[in-house]
Amino acid sequence: MATPHTRERLFLFGLLTPVTLLLGIFFLLPLAVIVIYSWLMPGLYGGVEWEFYHWNYGRLFGWADGVMEIYEPIYLKILLRSLSLAILTVLLTLVLCYPVAFWISRLSPRWQVVFLFLITLPFFTSLVVRLYAWLLILKPSGVLNSTLLGMGLISEPLEILFTRTAVVIGMAYVMIPFMFMPLFASIGNLDRSLLEASSDLGAGRVQTFFKVMLPQTMPGVIGGSVIVFIPSVGNFVVPDVLGGAKGLMIGNLVEQQFLSARNWPFGSALSVVIMAVVLGVMLIYVTRLVREGRAS
Amino acid sequence: MTQILEVRGARRVFKTPEGGTVAALDGVDLDVGQNEFVTLLGPSGCGKTTLLRSISGFEQLDSGALMLEGKDIGRMPAFRRPVNTVFQSYALFSHMTVERNVAYSLEVAGASKQEQKILAGEALEMVGLSGTGSRMPSQLSGGQRQRVALARAIVARPKLLLLDEPLSALDRRLRQKMQIELKALQSELGIAFVFVTHDQEEALTMSDRIVVMRGGQIEQCGAPRDIFRKPRTKFVAEFIGDTNLFETTIECVHGGRILALTREGTKIWLSEETKLAKGDAATVVIRPTDLQVQDAHSSCGFRGKITRVIYLGTDLHYYVQPAVGGQELLVVSRTDGSRRAPGDEVTLTYRPERAHVVEDC
Repeated sequence: MATPHTRERLFLFGLLTPVTLLLGIFFLLPLAVIVIYSWLMPGLYGGVEWEFYHWNYGRLFGWADGVMEIYEPIYLKILLRSLSLAILTVLLTLVLCYPVAFWISRLSPRWQVVFLFLITLPFFTSLVVRLYAWLLILKPSGVLNSTLLGMGLISEPLEILFTRTAVVIGMAYVMIPFMFMPLFASIGNLDRSLLEASSDLGAGRVQTFFKVMLPQTMPGVIGGSVIVFIPSVGNFVVPDVLGGAKGLMIGNLVEQQFLSARNWPFGSALSVVIMAVVLGVMLIYVTRLVREGRAS
Repeated sequence: MTQILEVRGARRVFKTPEGGTVAALDGVDLDVGQNEFVTLLGPSGCGKTTLLRSISGFEQLDSGALMLEGKDIGRMPAFRRPVNTVFQSYALFSHMTVERNVAYSLEVAGASKQEQKILAGEALEMVGLSGTGSRMPSQLSGGQRQRVALARAIVARPKLLLLDEPLSALDRRLRQKMQIELKALQSELGIAFVFVTHDQEEALTMSDRIVVMRGGQIEQCGAPRDIFRKPRTKFVAEFIGDTNLFETTIECVHGGRILALTREGTKIWLSEETKLAKGDAATVVIRPTDLQVQDAHSSCGFRGKITRVIYLGTDLHYYVQPAVGGQELLVVSRTDGSRRAPGDEVTLTYRPERAHVVEDC
């Protein structure tokens, strides 16, 4: 019997089926493959042997036998370094984007459209090309150094290229639009009369910012941070171009395991660990902010 | 009475999107006495909100002086002015509890937690919201939020409280209740209130003094009774209360008595001091409540025919078409035993002292 109720259910089911299939096949399935591979033995010439094998994780965390698999603390170090670079990227983009988002949100709608377009403009060019442009800017004889030298601000070229600084600059550059959009949405929705009320009640600019504006725009801050942090941790293109040996990140390591070393299980294990760590960090961060927002 | 606020020659010009300029304030002088309830009344765009925002410090005057207790506050930033505002949108901080909202001005001034708690509790009690301190603003009704906004603005005992159409979002019943409570609160606190509204009834209910504004200037300033009884201009007469207007020519002036003739030839007797002389044009106002409906054969008054009768419980509204032609007149009288119906011939009478000449502008 096709009662209106069941018909409605069928309709909903019909709408949800494509997206369920899409996510199932192209998202959950690969994820499952990675998790399973991370517990299998690497084949001699790439590929896997279907045999339970926990040394992939042992090699990372220190229960390696020292014969077949060797424990290297460098992997964890690189993971930690990646996390810290990602956090730096989040902070840098946040500090850069917040005032700009505030400024643009106060413009007339016509100018807002213009500036939003300008912010998305970098997407029109390939990421790699844009990063090579940064290479030209940052290198010892590049635009930045020759300008600073010419102005007499420095006496010898700054060594920025192929350092972690270069990686953070590059990552911040890539991630700015992702931080900007949620921030802009949040700040644009901010009720101006709240700022006036705060000022009216005797709060100066700094107090108004920390007591009213920042808490009120917290959804944008959280959203932007999450969207920037997650891809930053696993990013391998930026450190590849700008990082050199000192700027190697966990993403590069995974890439090497899959493409050069042909050790898919170990690469999978690294990926699973990144995922677990990112998930953990995000859970702590978000729940704490939410709780703080509720308490204050 | 000592003045708490003095505004002198306030001017503020805005640029319009078309590139022109418009004077939101065009030479405004205003005094507010200690413990006085002053209402700024006018249609939207008359400059009342700009004046309020200039006092609170959100707008800077282009020229003119702003003195609070004799001190010039014209260049003082908003957060330093000992003046608080109740916003039209309430502007409550949705991420803070009611208590923290109310205590906000104390918190930023560095008061102890203990003091904040006590004073916020007192303020909430004054507005009838004790016990809601731990709730979030989103858990309150519109009327309750309004009260929180009020408590937040009075907790630090400002010298002057500014209210920007705070009751406009409330339903009629609640609004009337709040009007009475606001007035009571104002006398209890002994703080001067400057209240902005476009609602004439609200202005008449609460104010010690009404300032009627129009086009960036003060049209008339006075006690509610004077504004209602003796409007200076046609604009004020029409803005406040229903009114019957007569375009007349002065026929003769003798002592305190004036005889005016409408275009249709109806005589109107007035009893007031005037500078007008024979032959001058004059607009005469008679309030609908000052006209009485009499039987047709009564001697003097406006003869006419009832076109509509509207029953409003305690009041009856009669619309009367004068026999000589001209605009329909409105008469408001208390409901009584008489059963007059549309089509009845009647005469409308009035007391000469209740007719009043207004300026034409």
